[in-house]
Amino acid sequence: MRHLMNPLDFSVDELEKLFDLANKIEADPAKYAHSCEGKKLATCFYEPSTRTRLSFEAAMLNLGGKVLGFSDAASSSAAKGESVSDTIRIISCYADICAMRHPKEGAPMVAASRSGIPVINAGDGGHQHPTQTLTDLLTIRSLKGKLGGFTIGLCGDLKFGRTVHSLINALIRYQDIRFIFISPEELKVPDYITDMLSEKGIPYEEVIRLENCMPQLDLLYMTRVQKERFFNEEDYVRLKDFYILDKEKLSAAKEDMLILHPLPRVNEISVEVDDDPRAVYFKQAQYGVYVRMALILTLLELA
Amino acid sequence: MLNVGKIEEGFVLDHIEAGKSLEIYHHLKLDKLDCTVAIIKNARSNKMGKKDILKVECDINTLNLDILAFIDHNITVNVIKDGEIVDKKELVLPREIHNVIKCKNPRCITSIEQELPHIFVLADEEKEIYRCKYCEEKAGTSSTW
Repeated sequence: MRHLMNPLDFSVDELEKLFDLANKIEADPAKYAHSCEGKKLATCFYEPSTRTRLSFEAAMLNLGGKVLGFSDAASSSAAKGESVSDTIRIISCYADICAMRHPKEGAPMVAASRSGIPVINAGDGGHQHPTQTLTDLLTIRSLKGKLGGFTIGLCGDLKFGRTVHSLINALIRYQDIRFIFISPEELKVPDYITDMLSEKGIPYEEVIRLENCMPQLDLLYMTRVQKERFFNEEDYVRLKDFYILDKEKLSAAKEDMLILHPLPRVNEISVEVDDDPRAVYFKQAQYGVYVRMALILTLLELA
Repeated sequence: MLNVGKIEEGFVLDHIEAGKSLEIYHHLKLDKLDCTVAIIKNARSNKMGKKDILKVECDINTLNLDILAFIDHNITVNVIKDGEIVDKKELVLPREIHNVIKCKNPRCITSIEQELPHIFVLADEEKEIYRCKYCEEKAGTSSTW
């Protein structure tokens, strides 16, 4: 029995199979509409996360399965003090597969070690969020036709953003990738990541302003710059506009560049950009459902 | 001067930092073994001033000493057979350590889950870096503390 805790749990070959399946589902969803009939997905969400939970639920419903679960710790037995180990043993009696989100890092791993059913980490604190990374990879592969051979700009909060760290770790397994990190000094990508890239001989650049690198990018991965990450308001006011993508900045970009964002977006991408064909962040949410469908089928060994 | 007799077969753990012998006694789970153990505290040492020594009389294949590499690199491990030192054992960093150190990350599941062992996995042998099995919080060996 397999679980998914970390985006690197699957080899590059296994990911290729998973993404192939996701693309088959995309091409012919009706063919898979009954694949999980009689199966149940438990969504154990110890903290609220509307999009991820609904994406998992939509994925299971699209496959003809059923869903049950809870959407915050207060409405679960955790409020009475039940351990994750005990909860998953009980859930194993009720469902065939479980997606778990928990504010404590490593909680889904503890669940997996005690579980009788496959467990998917749907986000554990600031640690991992593997299905977001799989979503990002599937979006890139589907719309670019390949994973590798491109320059990707990662923009915004690169210090605390777990989606960014996971994506970097996942992308370095592919050939010929160049990173451009676009962030204020306060939110630079951590040293251990740049050290690792240097050790592996993977090219990267760090820049302060998005305009400085826009024409070079094949992909632009936007994240939110949060006010509370800055030491003072003055710096925030001075820098925030550097990280807002609008039509003017986009005018310098390649015609086939893709703009991704893990969402929710606040103001870092102007609404005027949404209609640009390069803006694929809403498509990305759709790919999130396809990749979760493929994952459920794979972990239930129904693929 | 206190005299402790020599052992026939087992280990003499020398150059233990003074005061640390009981901690090592517990980490090696010597309390659970039915063997003779001498704990010598604050012995005079030319090199260290004061040191602790542990003498353990046991079958040399029964005791896993790898954890010593994590706790203190400087401990000398003399292997004794037929009353003589036959080898000085080289310590190798263990792949995993259980319940020796606690994860300091307040967001780690170990901070709330009952009776969950604190497990650290060797992530970088050269830099002597361990990471929490659950949250990947970094921890070094005693030489990096």
